[in-house]
Amino acid sequence: MNNVEKEVLELLENNARLTAEEIAVMLNADAAEIKRIIRELEDRKAILGYITLVNWEKVGEEKVSALIEVRITPQRDVGFDAVAERIYRFPEVRSMRLMSGTYDLAVFLEGRSMREISNFVSTKLATIEGVVSTTTHFVLKAYKQDGVIMEDGEEDRRLVISP
Amino acid sequence: MTMSKWAQRINPAVQNIPPSGIRKFFDLVAEMKGVISLGVGEPDFVTPWHIREACIYSLEKGYTMYTSNWGLLELREAVAAELQNTYNVQYNPRNEILITVGVSEALDLAMRALLQPGDEVLIPEPSYVSYAPCTTLAGGKPVFLPTSLDNGFQISADQVRAAITPNTRVLLLCYPNNPTGAVMEREELARIAEVAVEHDLVVISDEIYDRLTYVGQHTCMSSLPGMQERTILLNGFSKAYAMTGWRVGYAAGNPDFIGAMTKIHQYSMLCTPITGQMAALEALKNGRAGMRRMVEHYNRRRHLVVQAFKDMGVPCFEPGGAFYAFPQVSVTGLSSEQFAEELLKQEQVALVPGNAFGKSGEGFVRVSYAASIDDLSEAFRRMARFVRRCGVRPRVISAPSQISAARQEGICQTL
Repeated sequence: MNNVEKEVLELLENNARLTAEEIAVMLNADAAEIKRIIRELEDRKAILGYITLVNWEKVGEEKVSALIEVRITPQRDVGFDAVAERIYRFPEVRSMRLMSGTYDLAVFLEGRSMREISNFVSTKLATIEGVVSTTTHFVLKAYKQDGVIMEDGEEDRRLVISP
Repeated sequence: MTMSKWAQRINPAVQNIPPSGIRKFFDLVAEMKGVISLGVGEPDFVTPWHIREACIYSLEKGYTMYTSNWGLLELREAVAAELQNTYNVQYNPRNEILITVGVSEALDLAMRALLQPGDEVLIPEPSYVSYAPCTTLAGGKPVFLPTSLDNGFQISADQVRAAITPNTRVLLLCYPNNPTGAVMEREELARIAEVAVEHDLVVISDEIYDRLTYVGQHTCMSSLPGMQERTILLNGFSKAYAMTGWRVGYAAGNPDFIGAMTKIHQYSMLCTPITGQMAALEALKNGRAGMRRMVEHYNRRRHLVVQAFKDMGVPCFEPGGAFYAFPQVSVTGLSSEQFAEELLKQEQVALVPGNAFGKSGEGFVRVSYAASIDDLSEAFRRMARFVRRCGVRPRVISAPSQISAARQEGICQTL
């Protein structure tokens, strides 16, 4: 990966709405070249998507999320991957990671209610072959996500004009 | 106009200081809504959290007392190490470095320690608003070295030499420059150093923006041959570490200069607040990576600004440092103040008229790009609209007939 690629990725990681033209100006590069780089990064799945970070509470939408600690039995040849795939294919699973430590999978679920989530855990997740146990932790409050503080009180407090 | 009884009791030296050219704008802006401000002379970043957290910890631990007049020894040692590593200049932290309440205090101390009545101080212009008043208040006489767009707002050795009189004592340097964003080329700086040695001038070098250098490398005045002993180097934490409100700076120089400045400092300020010093120490210890990231951000925005003015058809020299651009808005036919005032009224964009930084700033405005990309983009859209109404064609550099037409209309507000 060259330097320009890295800078493009850093810029887009923080603000996916930047246009290729804007990025080109900021990096003192050619717009066509930046477009080509972005397309190429998308093609090789270095850029996987452009999503919007939403605070649903602000629009009065109730969402419940939970972290499920899942212990699974690894299988010959594929290890944890086959069971993992059966779990992460569910759209209810927002993100999932294989962890070191006392459990194997950290599964983040999102649903409309606690009942929906417990339902999913007991009927779908826990019953998958290879899943040994689950421990459900409901999220009480989100403070920060993907590097963004949810309720950031630090607005611009500078004087409007200063020497 | 007759002065009130009490006004007559004010020292004429203070009485005669002209009011700040920025004040008027500040009052105007205060009454308006939806203003995007590019008139701010400080970073838009908040001080990095690790620095704030270190300060909170110091308060919890009860660091609430006086420090040595010179400042915390540990901080002076860290400053000395930083100067050694960055510019390969050596200062003894015990008697050659003084921690001050921002560069502002250090500048005042330097002037007061050096100047006798009538001594002349050479000051590049346009430049930061406090150099001349500090000179005057210390009994000196400011002599300006005007710079212009043609030479990238740099002063030259010839210019310095030509301005020297038997009364010249001090040469003030302020690069990277506020408000122009200019940086000095090393070769010219070396020639200026020779002139300083030749005429036995003391140099006060305000290098507060040194870390915000985007083109080439910053040359520290003290690092040039023969300069360390005759230079008072001023720097601080405000710009590089986004710590303006903490008010921590320092002066570095020979023991006689720094000792004299410390004498004034101990009887006026006593010491720099310990809380700020603790934060500054954390900045030097662990702040480098964060500082580099901020500089990278400024640099990207710098490109945006330069391109925006190019697109508007407003001549703008490419700033090599600080976070200001200094476009020549006289192409609209308006004066600095007219431009700033009309832009504010018509498009709610605030910036600072160039003449607030000295006569040779007339015809220019200072645009601070210490603002978010969204704010910058919106401000440029508004500015482009305004400039077009004034008859400036995009991407055409100064079409004389249009300029004079706009000029005849005076202020082009209803176009």
